[in-house]
Amino acid sequence: MAEVKLHGRWYSPFPYRVIWALKLKGISYEYIEEDLSNKSPLLLQYNPVHKKIPVLVHSGKPICESMIIIEYIEEKWPQTPLLPSDPYERAKARFWVKFVEEKAPAFWSLYRSTGEEQKKALKDSSETLKIVEEQGLGEKKFFGGDSIGIVDIAFGAIAHWFGVFEEIVEVKVLEAHAFPRLHAWKVNFEEVPVIKENLPDRDKMLDHFKKRRIESLSASQ
Amino acid sequence: MAKNDVKVLGAWPSTFVMRPRIALNIKSVNYEFLEETFGSKSELLLQSNPVHKKIPVLIHGDKPICESMIIVEYIDEVWTSGPSILPSDPYDRAIQRFWAAYVDEKWFAAMRGLRIAQGEERKAFLDQVTEGLALLEEAFGKCSKGKAFFGGDRIGLLDIAFGSLLGWLRVTEKVGKVKLLDEAKTPGLVKWAESFCADAAVKSIMPETEKLIEFSKLLMAQMKGAPPPKN
Repeated sequence: MAEVKLHGRWYSPFPYRVIWALKLKGISYEYIEEDLSNKSPLLLQYNPVHKKIPVLVHSGKPICESMIIIEYIEEKWPQTPLLPSDPYERAKARFWVKFVEEKAPAFWSLYRSTGEEQKKALKDSSETLKIVEEQGLGEKKFFGGDSIGIVDIAFGAIAHWFGVFEEIVEVKVLEAHAFPRLHAWKVNFEEVPVIKENLPDRDKMLDHFKKRRIESLSASQ
Repeated sequence: MAKNDVKVLGAWPSTFVMRPRIALNIKSVNYEFLEETFGSKSELLLQSNPVHKKIPVLIHGDKPICESMIIVEYIDEVWTSGPSILPSDPYDRAIQRFWAAYVDEKWFAAMRGLRIAQGEERKAFLDQVTEGLALLEEAFGKCSKGKAFFGGDRIGLLDIAFGSLLGWLRVTEKVGKVKLLDEAKTPGLVKWAESFCADAAVKSIMPETEKLIEFSKLLMAQMKGAPPPKN
């Protein structure tokens, strides 16, 4: 079996999307931790355009951008499909993947900013959650239906990290009373064994992101 | 399939609208082109794309599909008897998708900035645009493998993603008095652009540069808050 390697960083949500896809399909891989403050020559060679993780390397060939990696994994290893088979349903799934990717900055912004900017991030992220809940998820248990699919993976990473950020900045957005279906979805998503067993340690995350927030806020003064 | 089973909601000047039209042309699929009135959004558009309220929208039967590159992939998956738009090899598909995303997320923003900005800011955008073109020139060499298109012998996903921007690229060159595609720096892309625009799937729908320049004046006026023209 040709070798699969994943270059990532333990506190970044994006490599986890790839980990979840690989684990769901039962694909063995080697995980390589990258130091983003001191990027390895290998990473720069594999991703010269963006110089970012994750990078999946399959038989020596690099693939970049988490959701593009997942489409590649889906095509190479069709077991436990993450996309529906019907073209229209596939187009809808891809639509929601793109939507959450485009709106993700507001979620990070809640954590990165203060004052007026943070208020805007709160408003924007709430609006996004409303649209995702009403038009994306609807009455389904998961975006993928009865089992998780590509949209669950894409948004699940954002939502999980968002939960950590909410705790740090002490602002709750994704609450059960405001977004009952989406809140239930997050609980169910994080109970899926592959997800539950493949998340970074929460205390480590809180510690890391708290420190980073203090550093970046004091640097910008 | 009857012509009115496939509709494209759009507008002739739009880069993004061109993409599904090129894809449908490649597949020889007849479609009805429903043009939106500049300055307003039709009920059909608002119903078909409630999230973004933007063009293009493909309406196949009663099903709306939104987001230009997602529409292109949908077209490729549905009309399998026509020539393929995406390559068959998963790695090659990933490369095409990577560069299409780069064009849309990074390069397009730099191009838009270049059209609007002034002074020092403009110079920064110009640098970003030319750096991007150097990367795309290199990508062209690797993807085309000596053939005419990023997709090889025929137009593919990345040709559609990037080629649809050529109309506005020419507007920027003419109005901004700057050479972006250059025989010395980007010889591959210069030839590719000619081949792309001459292709049967593209020729009839690539807007003329002069018409786009006229239209851009309307756009500028709208941005500055002038009321839309009555028609």
